[in-house]
Amino acid sequence: MSGPALSRPAGLIVFGAVLILVAAVTLALPHMVNNYLVRVVIVMCIDVILVASMGLGNGFTGVFSLGHVGFVAVGAYTSGILSLPVTMKHAFLPDLPHWLASFSLPFLPATIAAGLVCAALAAVVGAPLMRLSGYFVSVATLGFLIIVNVVLINASDFTRGARTFAGVPLQTTLPWAMGWMVVTLTVLARIAYSPFGRRFRVVREDPIAARAVGLSILPVRLSAFIVGAFFAGVGGSLYGHYLGAFSPASFYLPYTFALVSMLVIGGMGSISGAVLGVVLVTVTSEVLRNLERGLDLGVIHIPPLYGASQIVLGMMFILVMIFRPSGLMGDREVSPGLFLRRKPTGERE
Amino acid sequence: MNMGLYIVQQGINAVSLGSLYALVAIGLSMVFGILRMTNFAHGDMMMVGAFGTLLINAAGAPFWLAALCGVAVGAAAGVIVERLAYRPVRGAPDVTLLLTSLAVTYILENLGILIFSSSPRNFPIPDIMNSAIQLAGGQITFTAINVVTIALTVAALALLGWFVTRTDVGLGMRAAAEDLGAAQMVGLDVDRLIVVAFAIASAFAGLAGVLWAAQSGIVEPDMGFTPLLKAFVAAIVGGFGSISGALVGGYVLGALEILIVAFLPSSVSPYRDAIVFGLLIVFLLFKPNGLMNRPQEVKL
Amino acid sequence: MATADHIDTDEVLGVRGLTVTYGAVTALRDLSIEVRRGEVVALLGANGAGKSTMLRTISGVVRPRAGEVRLEGDRIDGLRPSQIVARGVAHSPEGRRLFGSLTVAENLRLGAAQRRDRENVEADRERLYDLFPILRERSQQQSGTLSGGEQQMVALSRALMARPRLLLLDEPSLGIAPLIVQQIFASLAELKETGVTMLLVEQNINVALGLADRAYVLRTGEISLEGPAADLKRNYEEVAAAYLGVRR
Repeated sequence: MSGPALSRPAGLIVFGAVLILVAAVTLALPHMVNNYLVRVVIVMCIDVILVASMGLGNGFTGVFSLGHVGFVAVGAYTSGILSLPVTMKHAFLPDLPHWLASFSLPFLPATIAAGLVCAALAAVVGAPLMRLSGYFVSVATLGFLIIVNVVLINASDFTRGARTFAGVPLQTTLPWAMGWMVVTLTVLARIAYSPFGRRFRVVREDPIAARAVGLSILPVRLSAFIVGAFFAGVGGSLYGHYLGAFSPASFYLPYTFALVSMLVIGGMGSISGAVLGVVLVTVTSEVLRNLERGLDLGVIHIPPLYGASQIVLGMMFILVMIFRPSGLMGDREVSPGLFLRRKPTGERE
Repeated sequence: MNMGLYIVQQGINAVSLGSLYALVAIGLSMVFGILRMTNFAHGDMMMVGAFGTLLINAAGAPFWLAALCGVAVGAAAGVIVERLAYRPVRGAPDVTLLLTSLAVTYILENLGILIFSSSPRNFPIPDIMNSAIQLAGGQITFTAINVVTIALTVAALALLGWFVTRTDVGLGMRAAAEDLGAAQMVGLDVDRLIVVAFAIASAFAGLAGVLWAAQSGIVEPDMGFTPLLKAFVAAIVGGFGSISGALVGGYVLGALEILIVAFLPSSVSPYRDAIVFGLLIVFLLFKPNGLMNRPQEVKL
Repeated sequence: MATADHIDTDEVLGVRGLTVTYGAVTALRDLSIEVRRGEVVALLGANGAGKSTMLRTISGVVRPRAGEVRLEGDRIDGLRPSQIVARGVAHSPEGRRLFGSLTVAENLRLGAAQRRDRENVEADRERLYDLFPILRERSQQQSGTLSGGEQQMVALSRALMARPRLLLLDEPSLGIAPLIVQQIFASLAELKETGVTMLLVEQNINVALGLADRAYVLRTGEISLEGPAADLKRNYEEVAAAYLGVRR
């Protein structure tokens, strides 16, 4: 029992790191001269944090939230506001309340604070949201994303509204991103494969039976939602400190779709699936994005096709839904050397 | 200004807006009723209908004919999407259906960007539709497009009402919405009923798209998303799966939004969408089955 | 094409070597039955013996893994349910499965959806209203508001509106007061007199054997006993043993 439980997080990290490395090298070869490689890897690490944390609620407990990016946005803005240098605050956000304007936090505490704010927010909004079931959860959590977006646009004292929020120190270096990814995957794997984590799958697979054995669903779903939101906030902070400048539109529907497709293609009930999904989708869209700018191969000239990469991505998504609806990894995890197949617990038709 | 007249004025606005929501929500509810599918791509049929109208109009057809063709193009797009993307996943868990439709909306919107670019385009309508109609000595003003919207919605609803109560296919659709398995055993051609449902739902969305574009004056690839989300709210409030519920939900939502904008302090109105979704969440907590729907039964 | 030895003008339904599986579970194993013109054949057996699966396979809702289903000599396995109904197999499903928000008249109208002879539909409906007069009174009422017995009459009538060559009846007595069960089976006997061929699934052995000409007893997907209903009725103990699988 303790063997796999210990080796799994380790295996996941190894697996994730290897995949990311391979993918990055593949992509980066033509670009070695600039820091394209580093940038792609940083973004992938952040996406792994976001997708894996989304998977905890969406995949393991089966409550499909479309509001994860709402927490990412809150995390980015929270950390951005906290860590903006004081002089910048006076210039950019003159109407910020004095208690916020008078100090500036370093990167790490700002990131943790962003995670905590998101976790607290998740506890508040999750209490009603996690009571809902099936399709209602998805629509209502999408509503949460829209509420966050509307509030960010209108709370211009704090966020500069729809305008770009700039000046966030560019502190998300590769070691920071990798480090946070390792922490995230370790914590998530520890939770998901603990005895408590087993409850996630019980409430997903048979809510009625779960209730019958005295397992109340709300606390289980809510705890997964809160943990997921914490890491969404962390990832949002990292993303904000990577971009330096962003607006509410950076954290809206296109990003939601990108993360959801990574999760779904990789496999919803699996942490290594999240990693795999990020790598696959990133590689595909980077390659396609280069193609859609147009190609001039001397003989053949392909005109630029903006939007084509998203169309191909969408089609990949649908094919996965048709032929492998639980994603490439399904419920399986990867450990060093061997594929561990979870015992099939009443597979759905 | 006279308060009574102001209320009448806002009432007209509310009915006009509610009509659009109702048109979109009815299609969502119809498809959900039969397939238990939350169809996120439904809103894109608005875009397809509006772009179709724009193109056919630009090719030289008169506006009314172009609009009619645009609605037909919307219906055809819905049927094609059903055939290519939804039929292969029919019967899969809710989440799979929902995600498939999310992927379809992503594809369609990017297809729109690919063909038309992401920047908005003007949607030219006949001058007569922009002409202002004034009542009570100019104290009530609205444009002809409001009247056209309301009139066409009423006509479409009447047609739908006739269809589902008087024709065999319409009756079959109601039967399939109630119990798809039984409909199959009785010998109804379920595949055909689903195609018909998608055609009608998408035609309604296409019509809503043309009217929406006519009111706002522009067409853009993601124009369907916000109305779609509002239509979800309307359909859920009405009792997801119920056509009459979606109708009521659409008008309730239209009224609510006009109420927020017209009667609450102006500092509140930017938060309109947030308020709508906040209320939806509260509503779902207390009435998870909507206003009109019977309690959900577990089907065996 | 049916070969010469398959042609049997009196055989309405011929099921041969039918095997049906649900995932890893085998519901029916290499099962063969036949129903001849004008016959009422009962399928008896305990819960889970595979009776409903049999009916659902005949009506095309479930696809068999192996074997064939023939209607008057033509293979119908592999056809879609709507095509099978169009060929004359009507299914009155377990639990009635009425469209509760539709009126009685609308339910009946849907039963005739696959018919080509529109002109006779109304006359058939009147005949069914004569058989179950209460339905004429309730024709404009939502069928979901009717009592269990009345709903069963609607389900039966809805199936008969297809003017079937073979009527599949799944548990018509389920959840209905004994007095109404008697009434429904009296009506079924009347229908039998008019020449309707039926395959009847029932838990209530007595009423089933009272109506049927022949019966098969199913146990865990296989036939454990078959014979004329009159014989089986006399050997009630044998039937009960076949039900439970007690060897004697």
